[in-house]
Amino acid sequence: MSNGISPLSLDEVKHIVLVLSGKGGVGKSSVTTQLALSLVRQGFSVGVLDIDLTGPSLPRMFGLETRKIHQSSRGWVPVYTDATKKLCVMSIGFLLKDRGDSVVWRGPKKSAMIRQFVNDVVWGPLDYLLIDTPPGTSDEHIAIAEQLRDAKPDGAVLVTTPQGVATADVRKELNFCKKVGFEVLGVVENMSGFLCPHCAECSHIFSKGGGEQLAVQFNVPFLGAVPIDPQFVLMIEEQHGAVARVADAVTDIDLDKKVDEAIASYKLVEKYGECKLCPIFANIAEQVVRSTGKKRRL
Amino acid sequence: MATATTTVSSQERYSTGSISTLAAPEPEHCPGTESELAGKADACEGCPNQQICASAPKGPDPDLPAIYKRMEGVKHKVLVLSGKGGVGKSTFTSMLGWAFAMDPDREVGVMDLDICGPSMPRIMGAQGEQIHMSNSGWSPVYVADNLGMMSIGFMLPNEDDAIIWRGAKKSGLIKQFLKDVDWGNLDFLVVDTPPGTSDEHLSVNQYLKDTGVDGAVIVTTPQEVALLDVRKEIDFCKKAGINVLGIVENMSGFVCPNCKGESFIFAPTTGGGKALAKEMGIPFLGSVPLDPRIGQACDYGVSFLEEYSDSPTSKAILDIISQVREMIGEPLDEDEVADY
Repeated sequence: MSNGISPLSLDEVKHIVLVLSGKGGVGKSSVTTQLALSLVRQGFSVGVLDIDLTGPSLPRMFGLETRKIHQSSRGWVPVYTDATKKLCVMSIGFLLKDRGDSVVWRGPKKSAMIRQFVNDVVWGPLDYLLIDTPPGTSDEHIAIAEQLRDAKPDGAVLVTTPQGVATADVRKELNFCKKVGFEVLGVVENMSGFLCPHCAECSHIFSKGGGEQLAVQFNVPFLGAVPIDPQFVLMIEEQHGAVARVADAVTDIDLDKKVDEAIASYKLVEKYGECKLCPIFANIAEQVVRSTGKKRRL
Repeated sequence: MATATTTVSSQERYSTGSISTLAAPEPEHCPGTESELAGKADACEGCPNQQICASAPKGPDPDLPAIYKRMEGVKHKVLVLSGKGGVGKSTFTSMLGWAFAMDPDREVGVMDLDICGPSMPRIMGAQGEQIHMSNSGWSPVYVADNLGMMSIGFMLPNEDDAIIWRGAKKSGLIKQFLKDVDWGNLDFLVVDTPPGTSDEHLSVNQYLKDTGVDGAVIVTTPQEVALLDVRKEIDFCKKAGINVLGIVENMSGFVCPNCKGESFIFAPTTGGGKALAKEMGIPFLGSVPLDPRIGQACDYGVSFLEEYSDSPTSKAILDIISQVREMIGEPLDEDEVADY
């Protein structure tokens, strides 16, 4: 299984960062998305790999749901968000016939798919490869740890929400990181408070402070608290509004081209600059850059 | 009553059937360790497990009759499913459990199949409890006289321990939960599941299919990113032949405790759970508004329905639960309606 050599496909990737959480629905994919957008805004080239095989969210997050993966002689070409090729995504979502199709796979098949995702994707030169994961500590996690053993990933960002039910599962993930030797780059507390749009009162819907306590207890860096911002969800959804409108209006022949244009004209990276969460994530991204800057895989 | 009880630890009790004895994880094209072709198919050539599989006894799972026997005493089985994580499956499971158990004459069981992230012990206020084994099987942990529960959370030596298990091992434990837990006679068994459509879901369906599952309640949140995964779960239910009782939309809208203004935290840009139910042709059971006190109730392991029985959220939940009762053929009687 392991031959001591890092996979060829990752040869030109400078840093590998995993986004993990024991708990589902805490915002792993939205943290991954925002981290990627923030890193691109800081001038890095970023690739995002989605290993959540039964519930891939990244294609929708980046507004790429209608796109497909192309096969080149060197392997699978990831989907680029625009012509600048600063940001690309790979997800099983691009391989499904219909977006509602379920992927009902047991462990061995999931492991094989992840092996392929790690070894057969033509990432090209990248500053950062972010890996978004499903919740838990099972097949996908064991598989990615095995596949990356020789690729020396920089570490993992753990995402949690503040309430005890979530941090309890994230503790397990921290122990998983210890076991497989992933360095913990830090903890992000997501959904930390909600500002009422009517009266600006801050409600702690999922309690508060749990992520910070967890970071202190495990002696790992605390990267920041991210409040709930419904604007972010709307921003993600808006790009689909744009895509769907175009897709309805044209015939199949030039659909791909029109959809590309619609997405290109949307420019998620720029749009994100207007989002209130952007400065918070700029800070988190800087901390990640600082802690990964010390080491170079290459 | 059992006289001598022993504590069950996960480390020593996970082994079941032939799966645990494999020399290596199954390869991608494995025909299935329990299939007729195990050890004989082309894909088995060169597999380190080939000898083990080829010599293992074939035919239907020998443990199935034991599972059927255990399940004979269980009248109704309800699964709580969602493709998406963190939408409130465990919270809703606990609410179902507590609401079913409001009638002291009903026996209720709650089973937690989320092996890697068991939340039920904390939500039900049973953290730190342990499971005991007697000659009649594993005894559930009772949080009320008529409400028992089972979770891997009760088997961990240390609460923070990660359970780093592959699918086959998780399936093994699920089988044991169904085969070895001494539930006694139950009116309702509510099964909480992890997110996704993988080993846990396939296994629980495989083991329970022929014992008569009433159906599945699908939990979602209103935003499209969640609905996308939930659509996959419904697709899975169709493929696997699981009856879908209906969709519950959780966390739909938030009323500010300060100004009473309502806002959408997870905006239903594509119509939310209601539109999805319509699109898939399944019943929509209702929306449950966000209430910060639910999260607190879960952290402290108390029943939200009892603590805050007159909140709009409790009313919404109880309305959904009475619909579920009707669908599984156990409508509330008059006394219960008064309690609800």
